[in-house]
Amino acid sequence: MVTKLPKTDVVTVGVGWTGGIIAAECSKAGLEVVGLERGRNRETQDFAMKHDELRYALRYENGQDLSRQTLTFRNNSGQRALPMRKFGSFLLGEGVGGAGTHWNGLTDRYSPYDFEIRSKTIEKYGESKIADGLNLQDWGITYEEIEPYYVKFEKMAGISADETPLRGERSEPFPNPAMKSTPAMDLFIETTKNMGLDPFVMPAANNSQNYQNPDGQRIGACQYNGFCERFGCEYGAKASPNITVIPTAEATGNFELRPNSEVIEVLHDGEKATGVLYIDTRTGERFEQPAEVVALTSYTFNNNRLLLASELGTPYNPETQRGTIGKNYCYQVIVGTDGFFDDQKFNVAMGSGGLAATLDNFNADNFDHTDHDFLHGGSILMGQYAKRPIANNQVPPGTPRWGSDFKKQSIKYFNRSINIYTYGACLPHANNYLDLDPTYKDIHGYPLLRMTFDYSDTDRKRGHFLNEQTKKIMQEMGATHVSDNESMEHYDITEYKATHNTGGVIMGEDPETSAVNSYLQMWEADNVFVVGGSAYPHQSGYNATATLGALAYRASEGIIDYSKDGGSLV
Amino acid sequence: MADEKHESKTITRRDFIKKTGYVTGGVVGGGVLGGLLGSEVWNTTTDPEVAPEELQQHDQALQYFKSRADFQVLSSATERIFPADELGPGAIELGVPYYIDHQLAGRWGINDREYRQGPFYKGEPNQGYQTHLKHHEIFDLGIEALEKYSQSTFNERFAELEGKQQDEVLMAFDNDEVDMSVISSSLFFELLRTMTFEGVYADPLYGGNKDMQGWKMKEYPGVQMSYTEEIESEDFVEMDPVSLHKRFNT
Ligand SMILES: Cc1cc2nc3c(=O)[nH]c(=O)nc-3n(C[C@H](O)[C@H](O)[C@H](O)COP(=O)(O)OP(=O)(O)OC[C@H]3O[C@@H](n4cnc5c(N)ncnc54)[C@H](O)[C@@H]3O)c2cc1C
Ligand code: SF4
Repeated sequence: MVTKLPKTDVVTVGVGWTGGIIAAECSKAGLEVVGLERGRNRETQDFAMKHDELRYALRYENGQDLSRQTLTFRNNSGQRALPMRKFGSFLLGEGVGGAGTHWNGLTDRYSPYDFEIRSKTIEKYGESKIADGLNLQDWGITYEEIEPYYVKFEKMAGISADETPLRGERSEPFPNPAMKSTPAMDLFIETTKNMGLDPFVMPAANNSQNYQNPDGQRIGACQYNGFCERFGCEYGAKASPNITVIPTAEATGNFELRPNSEVIEVLHDGEKATGVLYIDTRTGERFEQPAEVVALTSYTFNNNRLLLASELGTPYNPETQRGTIGKNYCYQVIVGTDGFFDDQKFNVAMGSGGLAATLDNFNADNFDHTDHDFLHGGSILMGQYAKRPIANNQVPPGTPRWGSDFKKQSIKYFNRSINIYTYGACLPHANNYLDLDPTYKDIHGYPLLRMTFDYSDTDRKRGHFLNEQTKKIMQEMGATHVSDNESMEHYDITEYKATHNTGGVIMGEDPETSAVNSYLQMWEADNVFVVGGSAYPHQSGYNATATLGALAYRASEGIIDYSKDGGSLV
Repeated sequence: MADEKHESKTITRRDFIKKTGYVTGGVVGGGVLGGLLGSEVWNTTTDPEVAPEELQQHDQALQYFKSRADFQVLSSATERIFPADELGPGAIELGVPYYIDHQLAGRWGINDREYRQGPFYKGEPNQGYQTHLKHHEIFDLGIEALEKYSQSTFNERFAELEGKQQDEVLMAFDNDEVDMSVISSSLFFELLRTMTFEGVYADPLYGGNKDMQGWKMKEYPGVQMSYTEEIESEDFVEMDPVSLHKRFNT
């Protein structure tokens, strides 16, 4: 039995960063918004016991319950996809605030090159520079067009930073000054400056001082006490949807937050969505929530899965390379170097999720690619994220993995080792895509999403190049020992890299090759907005959230306009 | 050296306001007041010493294992993975075997919040954990196999072997040289190894890391409420570690 509820103007499927932004902006504009979130509600007071590495960082208490739903994975279509039974490579959010409640806070804009990657590459290097099989596409929006939305996201979140050399031009300074720098970061900055590079302190959502955002929400000053990445902030100092956009939406009186509400289908008549079907996860009751506009804000994977399961949009076919839903799934190329310093101790237990020094000299098209057999690059970071003792047992190469020697070395180097790594770009390949799994089901009997993904050759070459840079920098910094370069042979779903999964519902100018326009409005159903990293035609060499935040602001404008006049926004 | 300073880090309502200037500074993070101060979790009046020895040790009995013999196999294996030495205690003294016992009896033992639907296929290593067995079943099989392999190789029970021989046995498991039929021996060993390190370094709340000695060896300060004053320090800052027990009960 399904209970049909009164119609609302806008329903969001999920209330994390993107759902929260849509809810705040649309409810401020007078639209009635219902936010359906499958997980529980949570607030700052729920983080009283949060300094617990085992519970939060390793058992993922803040994350998705995989017993209810996961996805399946294989490297290529010749393999049998098998379910991701445990978390590894990425950690999916669940609960009000989504992964935004327990992210690090590293906040990057993408490069102007990214948004016009195909045109700019061809212009500079010719079309032959784009390797066979790469579906490189322009985004249908330029850096200049998206810039004002970045400003909105940055002001809302109180992003803390000073200068950001080699990044796109800014119309306004950051709302807060940069975070404090640590000796390890200073060493990175000094060393790379001497190498002729352009380091700077990373923009962070962990506020460097008390701050009030333009919506009147208050964010505290970061205490640098760690337990940040994978943890909620007990000081309300890390910008999260829970302390910014969600209370903003609630203050309008136009927003109704419904936790424990899991959407299982988007209802539609073939041309427009009529609403969504959801289950109260506690009572098991089913509800239909009719809506003028459906915003899918359920992170990359469920944005794809719900469209495919609801038969909305045209699925991508890897054989013909036609269709769009599931196309251009990308991840991130992450490699790095541990440095072991025999004569120097660092305060590695201190830090914050967004505290890092970084540089962009090897990112985007900031260096000439004429003599390289890959495109794009990655940002290089030296993070001071506050090391935790269970997960951090780095030892110099050649040390056994357990036993007496391991104990000695892992203890000796806990405070004597630091890491430099990269967020490398990942370019879309025709063989990498998302579709529905033919075998495995979620707890309600709906098919799981199936990921078919491996690094392509250009990803491997980029990864190798970046790893050489991180190694060189670490050696210049004076490390006594450095780790070996990482394998880029095959993507491995068991090793944590980053929760930066993108694509599948990509934006663009052409309905033949993209699923949504630059307002993230679906070409095939104009009252459906699919918001998130799912819209990225490729993954850049940066952290993913600021861009999906900016796009959520733009999508909100689109929804508000659409609510007045209807029709396609472009 | 910095003991005093960090002992007093437990934040009182007054301290907190004074320190961060939340109330006087004008801008008040609503989350902070609602969370930290409102919940009264961190208020403190006294600074009690650790509770008497016998009060702390009630959890050193078995929730999962049934026989002493099995628990001994587990204990000896963890001790080889993280042995006592001049740096400090090994797995047994740290309570690691109890930690693992308690984990096996609880949510981790039954793979709570993991996807458990079949069909089960072996898969590639980079597809991760694919066995139909739950963690606790893997430990049952693993301990049985450790015992069997020791008997057949050295004609002796695992717990009775010399340390070097125990290492040889464990190495064989690590290198997948032991036939465990339904799973690879390295899968069991990897779980055992991971659980051992968890028991060494997880908050003492879970039964291992006794008296925070795991943290002390690593010079890890545990649960501190702020490093704003120290974050830029050129020198290594030594502090006495603090655990969740103290934060919660003081
Ligand atoms: C540990 C960690 C560290 C990170 N650090 C950084 C960083 O430093 N910098 C950075 O840029 N990014 C970082 N990220 C990524 C960042 O958190 C995400 O990019 C961001 O949260 C994505 O926003 P979203 O709205 O798309 O998804 P989310 O914030 O995850 O929100 C999606 C919400 O939808 C809900 N949902 C899903 N399906 C349904 C359904 N069927 N019905 C109802 N609700 C549903 C989910 O429960 C979830 O709450 C990190 C992520 C993690 C996990
Ligand atoms: S490090 Fe800063 S932002 Fe992170 S949890 Fe601590 S106070 Fe909050």
